[in-house]
Amino acid sequence: MTLTAHVPSAVQRRRLAYRRRQTVRSVLVAAASTAVLGTLLVVAVTGAPGWDRVRRSFLDPTIARDALPDVLTGLWLNLRLLVCCAVGALLLGLLVALLRTLRGPVFFPVRALAAGYTYTFRGLPLIIVLYLLTLGVPGLRLAGTPSVLVLGALALIVTYGGYLAEVFRAGIESVHPSQFAAARSLGLTYRQAMRHVILPQAVRRVAPPLLNDVVALQKDVGLVSLAGPIDAVRAAQIATAESFNYTPYIVAGVLFVLLAIPLIAVTDWVTLRAARRAGR
Amino acid sequence: MPPVLTCRGVRKEFGGQPVLADLDLTVAEHEVVALIGASGSGKSTLLRCVNLLEEIDDGVIELDGEDISDPRVDPDRVRRRIGMVFQSYNLFPHLSVLANITLAPRRVHRRDRAEAEAQARDLLARVGLADKADAYPDRLSGGQQQRVAIVRALANSPRLMLLDEITSALDPELVGEVLAMVRDLKADGMTMVLATHEMGFARDVADRVCFLDGGRVIEQGPPEQVLGEPVQPRTRQFLRRIIDAGRL
Repeated sequence: MTLTAHVPSAVQRRRLAYRRRQTVRSVLVAAASTAVLGTLLVVAVTGAPGWDRVRRSFLDPTIARDALPDVLTGLWLNLRLLVCCAVGALLLGLLVALLRTLRGPVFFPVRALAAGYTYTFRGLPLIIVLYLLTLGVPGLRLAGTPSVLVLGALALIVTYGGYLAEVFRAGIESVHPSQFAAARSLGLTYRQAMRHVILPQAVRRVAPPLLNDVVALQKDVGLVSLAGPIDAVRAAQIATAESFNYTPYIVAGVLFVLLAIPLIAVTDWVTLRAARRAGR
Repeated sequence: MPPVLTCRGVRKEFGGQPVLADLDLTVAEHEVVALIGASGSGKSTLLRCVNLLEEIDDGVIELDGEDISDPRVDPDRVRRRIGMVFQSYNLFPHLSVLANITLAPRRVHRRDRAEAEAQARDLLARVGLADKADAYPDRLSGGQQQRVAIVRALANSPRLMLLDEITSALDPELVGEVLAMVRDLKADGMTMVLATHEMGFARDVADRVCFLDGGRVIEQGPPEQVLGEPVQPRTRQFLRRIIDAGRL
């Protein structure tokens, strides 16, 4: 088969040239408007009457350098907590969602328990759960009580597990019942149909909101510092109290944003991929 | 030898409204039975009841002489012997064609992967879809998807096939390829019950046509008789409407 490359007609060549010119114009306009807005912002902030004082108390490089090691040590705790809590909360959420979707009268108490759990822990403020677990549980003076850090992580897991359970449940219920009927009519049991047909589709659909909750969790893990352990924000607070300068907070804030960027990028990528799959 | 399928006095209600009322139907081995009738006459409901996707409210359904409407019967065990194909294909979109077909053989019948895949590829080749084994369902035309759905049901080596309006969602030019496949199945001796709106197809492939109205079989017989010289006034009325619509 001889296939000669298609030669665009004169009309099409004119269209292509026009579109190229439009692209160049768009880029130039975007660059110009960004430059203008950026300049205005810089002028407005640095030209403010109190700018020098603010710069000294929020953006002091020496203090930033001094505070960095402690804040990084705290951030390491945030990171470890995040990984453990994210895994724990995802597993707990999935389990509760599966229990809530079980049918049959035998499972009524399980369903009721799972529903009660999501109602309670989505309503209860995280700080109260933290206090109950990290201060209340050790107060029982039971033998083998885990450390405050573990209890704090548990508080985060049970709280976020409630949110994630509802996200998973929404995903499970969004898969059309005909998929379940088709799976069952092939002889697959309820568990097999869930495992091989419903869950893979459900999880794919709700991956973006799940990851979004993990991004939120990343900021909330720091709240365990209320019970004692020193996370990045708490370390910054201590450094601020020592130097009477707020720069350590900025250091911690920048580090948090840097930590969030990869996770948010993954979320965006997953969302984009899901949208593309749905649209193809 | 008992018939493959026997329905006696089957009743099914939805919200107090009877959809099947005292329905009797017998299907012998290698027989192809076409269920015709207006929308809402209970064709699909009957098929879903036979596959135990719906619980019946009275009567008895027997598969190879075994009462499968007994609540003590394990529905999964029954469904393994029945292949069902739906109007909307219901392929699993997250699995490739091959994985769709091998899912039940591997998970339900515990066959090993290589064996199940070899069988699936063989079945696909027979219906001219060998090159689609690794494609995902959304890359296939409606006709191809429905043929894969039929292959998926066949991979379980069913005793009985239930085809629920399998051409209703297809573009007219794609209907032929699916119907040809059903014709081949009949030639292989597969026992089938199909609900259909394609009167030409019912005449062509069915050994017996059953006209359902008001939840019961009110006329049945060879296609030439039921479609050509119907006895019941309701059947005549139905067929006249079909002819007026240009579907026969």
